[in-house]
Amino acid sequence: MAKARVKAPKKAKAGDIVTIKTLITHKMESGRRKNKKTGKLIPRHIIDKFTAKFNGAEFFSADWHGAVSANPYMSFSFRTEKSGEFEFIWHDEKGEETVKKSKLTVA
Amino acid sequence: MTKMKVEVLDRRQFVVTAGAGAAALIAGFSGVANASPEKAMELITKLTNGGAAKAMEGKIKVELPEIAENGNTVPVKVSVESPMTADDYVKTVHLVSEGNPGPEMASFHFTPASGKANAAARMRLAKTQNVVGIAEMSDGKIYMSKTQVKVTIGGCGG
Repeated sequence: MAKARVKAPKKAKAGDIVTIKTLITHKMESGRRKNKKTGKLIPRHIIDKFTAKFNGAEFFSADWHGAVSANPYMSFSFRTEKSGEFEFIWHDEKGEETVKKSKLTVA
Repeated sequence: MTKMKVEVLDRRQFVVTAGAGAAALIAGFSGVANASPEKAMELITKLTNGGAAKAMEGKIKVELPEIAENGNTVPVKVSVESPMTADDYVKTVHLVSEGNPGPEMASFHFTPASGKANAAARMRLAKTQNVVGIAEMSDGKIYMSKTQVKVTIGGCGG
């Protein structure tokens, strides 16, 4: 399983626009790299979808292709309204999913 | 007399055949070649359902380093001017490469809850090229921008 890290605020005021930063360890094998010993192409294996939800509602998502670097970093914004929970989902081409959650309190 | 005529014909025939051969060779090469501005345009047309033809400049900003020393991780920042309200927001931003093996890079989908149409990520770039940013707005308008980036060491395997 890939290891994910999320930097999201724990507290905010209603109406604030906050920045969320995420990082996940993944080789993002593009399918164009060769194994140096055998000279064979290493099969493609990437995370193709990233989704960010708040209280179950999707507010940001990204489609990733072979051009996304290894250990993909993604940062984006969110307008806070009420307290709740963030959910971040990385979906791998092989169907594997990594989920990370983070709570937000709106004062 | 008759003999000369035949000769002329032959030479013409040769030129025609040679020309066709050369054309076939060029076509064959472009078949395996990397993404090109033409391929990128094809993808943009597909992504926008043909809306790229009426794309406007402005609003979208794609920030890339002027010179990227390592093509394996090139930081990219996208921002689109928009109030991000329920009836006027940025739906999607596509990043398309003109010089990578595949033109698709990434697509970011926003909602009014995003607050701002900002996103940052890191990309692989194979060589010096233009990166095209396309913003699709909720009202169907399309904005486009091109940013050139110089890549010292390409980052797409090989």
